[in-house]
Amino acid sequence: MADNKAKSGLLLDIRNLRIEATVFPPGEAPKNIVLVHDVSLTLEKGKVLGLIGESGAGKSTIGLSSMGYGRGGVRITGGEVILNGRDILKGGKEGFRKLRGREVCYVAQSAAAAFNPAHKLMDQVVEATLLHGTATRAEAEKRAVALFKKLSLPNPESIGERFPHQVSGGQLQRVMTAMALCSEPDLIVFDEPTTALDVTTQIDVLAAIKDAIRDTHVAALYITHDLAVVAQVSDEIMVLRHGRLVEWGGTRQIIKEPRQEYTNALVSVHEIEHQEQNPGTTPFLSVKNVTAAYGRSHIKVLKNVSVDIYPGQTLAVVGESGSGKSTLARAITGLLPPEEGTVTFDGRPLANKLADRPKEDLRQLQMIYQMADVAMNPRQAVGTIIGRPLEFYFGIRGRERDRRVADLLDKIEMGKGFIDRYPAELSGGQKQRVCIARSLAAKPKLIICDEVTSALDPLVAHGILKLLLDLQKEESVAYLFITHDLATVKSIADSIAVMYRGEVVRYGAKSTVLTPPFDAYTDLLLSSVPEMEIGWLEKAIKGRRMASAGN
Amino acid sequence: MLDIKRIPIPALIGIVLTALFVLAAIFAPLIAPYGNGEIVGDVWEPMSATHLLGTDNLGRDLLSRMIYGARITLFIAVLATALSFSLGAVLGFSAAVFGGWFDTLLSRLVDLLMSIPTLIMALVVLSVLPTNLVTLILVMGILDSTRVYRLSRAVAVDINVMDYVEAAKLRGENEAWIIFREILPNALSPLVSELGLRFIYAVLFLSTLSFLGLGVQPPDADWGGMVKENKDGIVFGIGAALIPAAAIAALAISVNLVADWVLNRTTSLKGGRG
Repeated sequence: MADNKAKSGLLLDIRNLRIEATVFPPGEAPKNIVLVHDVSLTLEKGKVLGLIGESGAGKSTIGLSSMGYGRGGVRITGGEVILNGRDILKGGKEGFRKLRGREVCYVAQSAAAAFNPAHKLMDQVVEATLLHGTATRAEAEKRAVALFKKLSLPNPESIGERFPHQVSGGQLQRVMTAMALCSEPDLIVFDEPTTALDVTTQIDVLAAIKDAIRDTHVAALYITHDLAVVAQVSDEIMVLRHGRLVEWGGTRQIIKEPRQEYTNALVSVHEIEHQEQNPGTTPFLSVKNVTAAYGRSHIKVLKNVSVDIYPGQTLAVVGESGSGKSTLARAITGLLPPEEGTVTFDGRPLANKLADRPKEDLRQLQMIYQMADVAMNPRQAVGTIIGRPLEFYFGIRGRERDRRVADLLDKIEMGKGFIDRYPAELSGGQKQRVCIARSLAAKPKLIICDEVTSALDPLVAHGILKLLLDLQKEESVAYLFITHDLATVKSIADSIAVMYRGEVVRYGAKSTVLTPPFDAYTDLLLSSVPEMEIGWLEKAIKGRRMASAGN
Repeated sequence: MLDIKRIPIPALIGIVLTALFVLAAIFAPLIAPYGNGEIVGDVWEPMSATHLLGTDNLGRDLLSRMIYGARITLFIAVLATALSFSLGAVLGFSAAVFGGWFDTLLSRLVDLLMSIPTLIMALVVLSVLPTNLVTLILVMGILDSTRVYRLSRAVAVDINVMDYVEAAKLRGENEAWIIFREILPNALSPLVSELGLRFIYAVLFLSTLSFLGLGVQPPDADWGGMVKENKDGIVFGIGAALIPAAAIAALAISVNLVADWVLNRTTSLKGGRG
């Protein structure tokens, strides 16, 4: 493989790539849809090209085509994929087998799902190298240990002896990067490698990947929907939408001087204007010294947590996964009765258990979930989903109910036509809007929003946040906003509670919480949020005062 | 909303055949050329213009007996299946929703029932109780409901932890709403496919019981009983026993063709609109 590589700097040259798939709509004839419309790209040796776009933009499909792979019945129907001077699409099955795992390697989004839980990490890391016979086992293992060191994994000598479930998610992602690098490929495809990680872990993995790419001179396609992340690692960025190229240029040009309107929208997506409100004098919901645990476990998921929520305002609860923020929501709603402490609502204590609460209390607290698709019964039409709280709490039925449902649909900027659609017929953003309408239908005082935007594309999430803010003004409803995304917090919160390992480590009005001096954890959290700034990663790593919990 | 042209051909065949069986069962006295127990000719007469399917072991018209047999067979099988599904599904869903001791008690009881072979259980019960249609249907329905219980409990346990069920609980919905409005519609697909299978098992089980003399009592006969009555003819090369057997097979296939089609429609998450 080394012969023709040396001749030119060009490693990968994709020309007029066309990718199609057959869809089978129920009850209709199968039809062909084009996923990627004649996209061309080139990549030089040792360079990193970021592929960016929202879901369905075709970025993963294009990335995988560089190893001749079409996921789930997807077919490459046109164009050429020239790697190291030859068109790999003409190589047939045998050609792909030689190519994959040797010249091109792949790093998947969910490392936890991509590793075989029954084998030790080392066996999986060296597998491709041994299969291709490029090194003996001893050599490959030596190489793997060196890579573990480079990726700053703890105990590089012995971590290979562990099984996938014995290391954390961030570490597993780095082990997967080591696996991809172990057979010394020319190209690595990173498919959203940090999307499933916490911000504090993401920064470690990002830095590790960046160093490894630099030191091994491997070229990479970096697929993500987060422009701020891709700005840290790539030399060039390609913006895709609906399988078409929108804009392709150097990283600096894309983030500083985007030429296309769509790119501009992506770049400026994080900015929402929100004037912080002063906390009122009396909170309507206060959580006092709440301690909670799952089952009869001695490990307390919440330790002595106290927060207040004021009418018509937003309290954001921030923290990484496992910090107890969702558990706090479960304690407030009564799904997980606290062991100690009380939740007071409108000056009277709320019953600990859900079953003991009167209907009126249930109506006042509504919840919106992270995954809108599983938060709605797939067998109920939108009209039933939104109409049920009206029926249930207010006894509104028949035509009056339909009118109210139409009003609510109007409020969430969706038309009356959606009333008899089923959830499967809605897009991700529309689903979340319907969930918002369902909780609004109860006319609650508080809506708990559990990571409501984290499963959505940035532009769609932006729309949802704006909608939530507008609705807050109209209905003067309060939000308890659970999130790990600080950019979201900055745009909508009035007060913030930072949680770390079940405790509230910092709590107060937004402006005070976000003003230095910070405690070590808040500092880590704040400094880990990727900024759309070249060189931010290095600066952030240098300025850190504590290591993240995931490491 | 239901367009006949869009029904696939296998389903159409299934619907037509099943409808024929049902119509024959309902209008048996009008259609049947002779009475059920009427002896009209010689023993095992071949097919002829007067006796389209020939006569049986006692010289009764086989076609007439087939038509009356359809009535008994379908009536018992349908009611027994309906009973086993309503009982098994409701208890299974309740066990999943309530959990705790209710679930444990019910599940162990079902295990106990299932640990005794169905046939032996039925034989014991039916030989003690008076043999009439009601006991027959109750015994068949209750014994079969144990299978349905296990399936529906397993399906409902998975659905019960979905966010939309949690949302309904947070709203304050009672258990009945959760079982019938949240879980049941989503558990329908596996239940419908099981229904096609269980219905046929009910027909076969009834046949077995009649064959052993504990099912339908003479002079009435279900199809399985008619196989038994005419089985000796096979030795002499007389195919009278094969006709009710073929009817059972045809019913099995046509019911399952319909069930498969219903299944296809219930799995659609878009309200079957395509």
